[in-house]
Amino acid sequence: MKTKLYFDNAATTPVREEVLQEILPYFREHYGNASSVYAIAKESKKALEKARAQVAAAINAQPEEIYFTAGGSESDNTALRGVVEAYASKGNHIITTKIEHHAILHTAEYLEKHGAEVTYLNVDEYGKISLEELEKAIRPETVLISVMFANNEIGTIQPIKEIGEIARKHGVVFHTDAVQAVGHVPIDVEKMNIDLLSMSGHKLGAPKGIGALYIRKGIKVEPLIFGGAQEKKQRAGTENIPGIVGIGKAAELAVAEMEGTTAKLVALRDKLINGILETIPYSRLNGHPTDRLPGNCNISFSYIEGESLLLLLDALGIAASSGSACTSGSLDPSHVLMAIGLPHETAHGSLRLTMDRDNTEEEVDFILEKLPGIVQRLRDMSPVYEDAMKANK
Amino acid sequence: MEYSEKVMDHFMNPRNVGEIENASGVGQVGNMKCGDIMKVYLQIEDGKIVDAKFKTFGCGAAVATSSMATELVKGKTIQEALEVTNKAVMEALDGLPPVKVHCSCLAEEALHAALWDYAQKNNITIDGLKPPVNDVDELHHHE
Ligand SMILES: Cc1ncc(COP(=O)(O)O)c(C=O)c1O
Ligand code: FES
Repeated sequence: MKTKLYFDNAATTPVREEVLQEILPYFREHYGNASSVYAIAKESKKALEKARAQVAAAINAQPEEIYFTAGGSESDNTALRGVVEAYASKGNHIITTKIEHHAILHTAEYLEKHGAEVTYLNVDEYGKISLEELEKAIRPETVLISVMFANNEIGTIQPIKEIGEIARKHGVVFHTDAVQAVGHVPIDVEKMNIDLLSMSGHKLGAPKGIGALYIRKGIKVEPLIFGGAQEKKQRAGTENIPGIVGIGKAAELAVAEMEGTTAKLVALRDKLINGILETIPYSRLNGHPTDRLPGNCNISFSYIEGESLLLLLDALGIAASSGSACTSGSLDPSHVLMAIGLPHETAHGSLRLTMDRDNTEEEVDFILEKLPGIVQRLRDMSPVYEDAMKANK
Repeated sequence: MEYSEKVMDHFMNPRNVGEIENASGVGQVGNMKCGDIMKVYLQIEDGKIVDAKFKTFGCGAAVATSSMATELVKGKTIQEALEVTNKAVMEALDGLPPVKVHCSCLAEEALHAALWDYAQKNNITIDGLKPPVNDVDELHHHE
C-alpha cells in the first residue's frame, strides 16, 4: 500500500520542490569540479560558497566556520574524534548524555576503547539533563561536552544556552548534535556559546548524504577524512555540489519560514497529542510537554507492542515509527525511552509521529479517528491487557 | 525487513484470537529478549485438539506465528501437535526474516506449555514433552 500520510519526518523528509529545482542544474550543466580552474568549475565554486553562506546564516555563524560533510553521522564522528585527538594534551575526558543518537554514542564507545573516559549524563522523566550534574561532571581533563540540541525520538529540547555558558565558564569545547533542530527551532551559535554543531540535509528538505559541521574559529578539530585540500583540509573529497546546493537552499528556506511553520506544527502537534491522550486510555506522552520539537508526538500505549501498531497503521497508509524492541533489529528497546525511566513494557508500546510542513489538519483528524480502534484491536489480542483488566475489576 | 504475504495475512486477519473458557490446557510463555508474551488455550477431547485460541503481546511475526500455530494444531492428536515445531510454523508462513525467528519459538513453546498444563491437570505424561521454561530464549539460542 502506498503511504498517503507521512508521519515520520524525524526519520527523513522528502526533498522540497524549490530545493530540487535549485539542485538540478548541478548534475549536468554545472558539473565541474570546484577545485579546477576552468569556467564550469567556477560555477561549482560559486555554488559552494553561496551554500556555505546560507548554512552559516541559518545558525548565525560565519561562512568560513561551515564545513560540508556527508551527513549528520559524519559530522558527529568528526566532532568527537577530532576534538578528543586535537586536545589530547589537555586531557581525555568527554561528557555526553544517555539519550544521544547512536552516531554520538557509538563514537563515544569507540573512544572509550581507545583510552578516553566518558561521562554519560542522566536525563529526567522528560528527557532533560541536569545543569548541576553537568557542571559537577567537569574535570580539569575534560576536553569536550557534547549534548544534543533536540532529541530525535521524544523531541525534548535541551537548555543549550545554559549548557553553552557552563562550557564557556570552564573553558571546555561544546558540541551539539543539532540534526533534528536546524531549521526547526531558532539557533544562534554566538548567543548559545556553541563551538561545534552537527547538521544533516535530509531532515530539512535537502537530499540524504549531505551534512555540515560548524566549527567555531579557533577550535581545533583533527580531520576524519584525509586526502585532497577541500574544505581547508578539514574534510577531503570532491565536494557533493548538488547536495551542498540543496542543504544551503533548504536551510535558508527553513529559517525564513520558521515562524509560520512552527505555529502550524505546534498547533497540529498539540491537537494530535491531546486528542490521543483524551481518547485512548492507558496512554502517556513521552518527552517534554512544551520544550519539544514542533512536529514531534511520541506516545506510549500500555499493553501493546509497537511493531504491530506500525503494521496496522501502514495498512491504512500511515507511516510512523516506534521505540519497541521488536522494531530495533537488536531487540533492545529504545535507549532514550529507557533513559527517561519507562518500564520495558511501556517502551514496547511507543509510537512516534513526526510532522513537517506538508502535514495537514485533515491528516491529524484521520489519525485521531483511526488510532483508538487500532490500539483497541491490539489490546483485545493482548494477554497483558486481559490480565490488567481482570486485576482492575 | 519484509514479511511474506502469508505472514501479513495472518497478522492482518489472525485466526483463533481469544480465550477458551475452562480450557483443557492453558500455556503462557514470555520472551525476555524483547519482552513479548504469548498465551495459548487448547480444548482437548478424546486425545484430539478440537479447538485452539491465543492472545499475543508482540510483533507482527509473533501474532502471525500464534495464528498459524493454533491453526495447524486444530484437529490434531496430541502426538501430532508435538510435531508443530517453530520450523513447521515458519514454513507454513513462507518463512520469517532472520531477526524474527525467535518469535516463532514463542509459538512452539506456548503450545507445549498448554499441553503440559493439560497433562498436569489430567495426571498423564506426554511422550517427548518437556516442562515449559520461563524464558524462551534460554532454549533457542539465536538461530
Ligand atoms: C539526532 C541525530 N543525529 C544524527 C543523525 C544522523 O544523521 P545522518 O542520517 O545524516 O547521518 C540523525 C538522523 O538519523 C539524528 O536524528
Ligand atoms: S515478538 Fe518481539 S520481535 Fe517478535
